[in-house]
Amino acid sequence: MAVDPVHVDPTRTIVLWCPDWPVFAACRESGLDPATPVALTEGGQIFACSAAARRDGVVRRLRLREAQYRSPGLALLDYDASLDMRVFEPVVRRVEETVPGVQLIRPGTLAMRARGPARYYGGEDAAARALLDTVAALDVVGARVGVADGPFAAEQAARAAGGGGAAGGSPVGIVAPGASAAFIAPLPVGLVVDARIGTLLNRLGVRTLGEFAALPEADVRRRFGAAGAFAHDRAAGREQARVLARTPPPEFEVAQEFEPPLDRIDQLAFAFRVQASEFIERMRAKRLVCTGIRVEIDDEAGGHSSRSWLHPRWFTPADVVDRVRWQLQGAGTADSALTSPIVRLRVVPERIDSTGNHEEGLWGGGPDERVHHGLTRVQSMLGHDAVVTAAIGGGRMLADRQVLVPWGDRAPERVGEGAPWPGSLPVLAPASVFRERLPIGLLDAGGAVVTIDARGAISAKPERFALAGAAAAPVRAWAGPWPVVERWWDAEHARRVHRFQIVDDDGCAWLLVRDDEGWWAEARYD
Amino acid sequence: MTAPLAPTEAPSRVEELQARIRGMQATRLDSKAVPTHPAFEQVLPGGSLREGTVVSVEGSTTLLMALLAGPSASGRWVAVAGMPEFGVEAASRFGIDLERLALVPDPGRQWLTVVAALADVIPVVAVRPVGRVSSAEASRLTARLRQRGTVLLVAGEWPGSDASLGVETSEWHGLELGHGHLSDRDVVVSAGGRGEFGRRGRSRLQLPGHSLEFRVAADAAVPQGASAPLNEPVRLDEYVRRAV
Repeated sequence: MAVDPVHVDPTRTIVLWCPDWPVFAACRESGLDPATPVALTEGGQIFACSAAARRDGVVRRLRLREAQYRSPGLALLDYDASLDMRVFEPVVRRVEETVPGVQLIRPGTLAMRARGPARYYGGEDAAARALLDTVAALDVVGARVGVADGPFAAEQAARAAGGGGAAGGSPVGIVAPGASAAFIAPLPVGLVVDARIGTLLNRLGVRTLGEFAALPEADVRRRFGAAGAFAHDRAAGREQARVLARTPPPEFEVAQEFEPPLDRIDQLAFAFRVQASEFIERMRAKRLVCTGIRVEIDDEAGGHSSRSWLHPRWFTPADVVDRVRWQLQGAGTADSALTSPIVRLRVVPERIDSTGNHEEGLWGGGPDERVHHGLTRVQSMLGHDAVVTAAIGGGRMLADRQVLVPWGDRAPERVGEGAPWPGSLPVLAPASVFRERLPIGLLDAGGAVVTIDARGAISAKPERFALAGAAAAPVRAWAGPWPVVERWWDAEHARRVHRFQIVDDDGCAWLLVRDDEGWWAEARYD
Repeated sequence: MTAPLAPTEAPSRVEELQARIRGMQATRLDSKAVPTHPAFEQVLPGGSLREGTVVSVEGSTTLLMALLAGPSASGRWVAVAGMPEFGVEAASRFGIDLERLALVPDPGRQWLTVVAALADVIPVVAVRPVGRVSSAEASRLTARLRQRGTVLLVAGEWPGSDASLGVETSEWHGLELGHGHLSDRDVVVSAGGRGEFGRRGRSRLQLPGHSLEFRVAADAAVPQGASAPLNEPVRLDEYVRRAV
């Protein structure tokens, strides 16, 4: 269409829409093929799904069981909102290089004013094609572009455009200036209002945007307030919203390529020191401190490791190098060789805060700060997981109840801490809880091992108790069996054990466990 | 003018005076008391833990927790190194604040360095040594502890410890033959030491009592006559090490 590019309506908008972006992002991170049935789950329901899954009948808000029934080959991933944004960020940056002044509507959807690009590329269609070429260069498939008056109409135009390629239809949908109201008129009214008002309008017989737009504006405002009036403007194609271009955030991340690839951790840590201090220094220049980073490591064999690290205060260059080292180390030691040489290392700040919130006191920080330094020192000696803080979690077995969190990491969300946990131990907790249960023998008067039958009855009274490798000693007192039956509905994780408390001849009390394999000491009251 | 002492009174009076002199002649000026659980007033020869000292605690994790509970309740950080089986839930119930508890379960061969690093910043550190400690290493660490005013609790032996506590006998209540559950226990804690910590003594404690508290047992009088314990002090750690 020949539009005089100079006198374009300022509300004229281009919207770039990447369908199923959450699925695409998750597939890219996990290495799945988005063309296969893939779905993201949130709170036990389907949050988003790929086109293949949709063909099988999977829809949003479907329960997991139902979705798996409809599409047996469905691959399920957890929805991660930050991942969406993270994967979309390079796309936004690339588009900003092509077209300045981009507004991020949500991950997967971008809006920009049409006037500049249309003038530069010689028409809206050409601008849209240029935009599609840009994202196609980043391997984003199936993107679509819509051009209309206002971001809302433009997004609907993009959604209405064909998928291009095999799906047929042009991936660019252009609505002529002034025709936006007519274009969106047949669409359902639920697109502009929330569920509550949408239901009400449906009951009133107002089902499409056109019908909604036909209502008198003053009546809509009186009945539904400002939100209703805003929705009415959108439905009538009178949207006042302009594209608000974002200011590109300053670039803090650092990356280093190693040529030739390095295969020793100490070499690598040394090589990265300069970059690490530059990384922190750049933030300091903007009066910012970093309290969380993500370290991404690519090795020669194509492996990729990515992990977030938090810091209880803020990162110094040495801390950053430490985190890189820990991530590389895994279970090995500092001077051990890596399984595959490292070609690329990238550190991205994840949490940034103003230095003002982290000022030291006039006479230095409090005692906790010193503690932090000391514990960090121990961590750099032994590894990140070596220094832990403890919390009490929920569960019946003692090992489940202790939650150990590496120093500096955020404690995981505790589940069922205050719950009653029927079958757990009485209030007296054992002072020593063995990480690996000790094999023991509990014998009856005749020297045979005490067994428990299916009904929970013991074969004979326990009389003698022996630690592995030690002579049996008389049992002074005992009580049990106390059955603990967990997850009987789940064959893989089901647990059925019997517990005993005994006092041995030395006056020391033990918590014993009988499972299918035999007798174990779970803990000791010493 | 004071009346001369009756000859029968003299030895006990002399002992009492000597104890007072010992108390006043602290070997260090800065040997300050660390808040300790009141149950230990009779047990620890000085009445409480002292800054910069090493106390060896043998045979009972509960006893160790009881010693940690006092400083933790007073707002100090405590650290436990080399004890992977340290029961966190019990520690919390016995009054150790988990917010101010740092654990280093497996310090490995570097445990002495780790303890030194912890002792720099954390006022009460408990450790189970791996292998024997030479007296030279021990005195180096002790000097550091004195400088920092850190209390080191050792679950095991330590050359030249200022005091040592051990559980001589332990008697659980509440568990019978086939019924009941463990509720409380009486232990006889033996304490010994050198210097200002004075001579050996034994006392009867409830570790823990009915409602998980520590206190001096009601019949605190320890049968001093039966000086030899029924069994040798139990080296449970050895047991476990052998079994694993």
